[in-house]
Amino acid sequence: MAVTDVSRKAAVQSKLPPWVWDAWRIGSSAIVTLLGLLALTFFMGRMLPIDPVIAIVGEQADASTYDMVYKQLGLDRPLYVQFGYFMRDMLSGNFGNALFTGNKVSDDLMRVFPATIELATIAITIGVSVGVPIGVLAAVYRGSPIDHLARILGLLGYSTPTFWLGLMGLVLFYAVLGWVGGPGRLDVFYIDIVDRRTGMLLVDAAIAGEWEVWQNAFSHIVLPASILSFASMAFISRLTRSFMLAQLSQEYILAARVKGLSKWKVIRKHAFRNIAVQLVTVISLAYVILLEGAVVTETVFAWPGFGRYLVSGLLAGDMNAVLACVLIVGTLFITINLICDLLYRILDPRTR
Amino acid sequence: MTTAVESEKGGLAGYLTAEVSRSPTQASLQRLYFGCRRFAQNPLAMIGFTILMVLLLIAIFAPWIAPYPMNEQNLQTRLLPPSGDHFFGTDELGRDIFSRVVYGSRITLQITTLVAVIAAPIGLIMGTTSGYFGGWTDTILMRITDIFLSFPPLILALGFVAALGPGIRNAVIAIALTVWPPIARLARAETLTVRSSDYIAAIRAQGAPAWRIVVKHVMPMCLSSVIIRITLNMAGIILTAAALGFLGLGAQPPMPEWGAMLSTGRQYLLGSWFLAASPGLAILVVSLAFNLFGDGLRDVLDPRDE
Repeated sequence: MAVTDVSRKAAVQSKLPPWVWDAWRIGSSAIVTLLGLLALTFFMGRMLPIDPVIAIVGEQADASTYDMVYKQLGLDRPLYVQFGYFMRDMLSGNFGNALFTGNKVSDDLMRVFPATIELATIAITIGVSVGVPIGVLAAVYRGSPIDHLARILGLLGYSTPTFWLGLMGLVLFYAVLGWVGGPGRLDVFYIDIVDRRTGMLLVDAAIAGEWEVWQNAFSHIVLPASILSFASMAFISRLTRSFMLAQLSQEYILAARVKGLSKWKVIRKHAFRNIAVQLVTVISLAYVILLEGAVVTETVFAWPGFGRYLVSGLLAGDMNAVLACVLIVGTLFITINLICDLLYRILDPRTR
Repeated sequence: MTTAVESEKGGLAGYLTAEVSRSPTQASLQRLYFGCRRFAQNPLAMIGFTILMVLLLIAIFAPWIAPYPMNEQNLQTRLLPPSGDHFFGTDELGRDIFSRVVYGSRITLQITTLVAVIAAPIGLIMGTTSGYFGGWTDTILMRITDIFLSFPPLILALGFVAALGPGIRNAVIAIALTVWPPIARLARAETLTVRSSDYIAAIRAQGAPAWRIVVKHVMPMCLSSVIIRITLNMAGIILTAAALGFLGLGAQPPMPEWGAMLSTGRQYLLGSWFLAASPGLAILVVSLAFNLFGDGLRDVLDPRDE
């Protein structure tokens, strides 16, 4: 509210549309947050009880080597200069080398990210295509069995440890029933058949026309994606329900019904259209939250993506890899929030 | 709570249901009584409350409930499926899983309590200070809060654990660092609504210093919503702690922490599924209970939603 008021005042003075001012204010606050994000990750890097020089040169290095690396890392400079170096490196995408893989962290991330994007995209597709209808039905038939079902589903979604669900899913659907592929992205004899183009196996296999590989990849992704989608399904259906309830109590709904439109037409054409913008923001937020869920889900399913990379880096005590991952997720989070905020203001006239 | 009150009816019932309360004590007792009654009418919330009470009892009386000591190994009885002797089976070292799950409840309760005790005051202080003083203090403190909020909690906790090193103590610190920001936001919003009220102006006119107003007159007003918030967060705290244990970064074996137990269970998953089944189920039940309890508490203390 306050932002809009100030923006309106400023806009009146300068004759610019208010959303330009909104965009400026939101954008500048995002930049400040991003700087804070960098500072926080920098601070995390400095808290480490391990001496970063010894981590590189090893325990046996003599004093002159130690001093050289100490200077190379810029540790002899004042803290704010070090922070300057850190900022320059991070903003230019130079995350240093990952000690546990021996590669550049940026190369590693390019390699592992597509696997996670593939998993998260399928998961959000499942989450939306189940969560939104459930939320709408629960709101329309408020207090009915379907509403209770939605509530129970939501509670379970918020309370179930995904890693446990993943393990139990593996036992049931892979070991006992044999319906899905096991851990990993492919069975051993399908690995390296298709060329890597996007890094997303389903896409690569489809481009290469290797449908057998595609099927195998699909049988591997379906279980982790469903389990990953569970929490977001709960989140999406709960919010869809409350958005929808808010719309259904409005008078324009009654007016449309009185006009003689059928119940479902009103819901589809009037109520749903009004919650669409809110839903887009919720879904994009859910998508970023999936990245968090991916950390444990990927560990359970031995999925060679971002989450597993982060955990391996953590277990190896590799700060370069960990900080890069934390920073990237933080940046993604801010960016998506920013885009949602702007989208909201542009698409929804009521916020102006 | 309610049963104790209702069993002593008579004079007490009249005192509690009187239409006009004669003293502040009576008024607050009445509010508590009606709150409890509303809470008791919510069956789901009562289920949550009962589960949590049972959990508390299990944690207190763990040595009497558990049929075996938590770390007693017996390699001759390793990986036994659930039976009358071992309700949940035995693990890879022949330890009784049921006993370990029972002892694990202590760790879970400790973690959640510690996190709440650390995070709630930080959030409360940050939020009320920010809201009461406004201006630059507000801008700076809320910026810091925003930065912490711009990470998904587990990722932030992982970052801090990486910096602090694995272990249960550091896991508690890391989780607490991810829990306080939403509380600070909430406390700030509550402070903003009471800041301009007349009673605050009256206290200020009497010459009370700012810190005293914040601590004695603003913070108590924020308490109920902070309590609801932290109760609803408990489920998330349990899940994060278990996830850290599962990833090998929280509680370390041989501690019977449920997440860490799941992590070892994972290695024997396909042959002995029961190793992972019961600790995970325990996590699910407890976090479900906290969610139910928190929902019920919100309906009672903060009826705006309904």
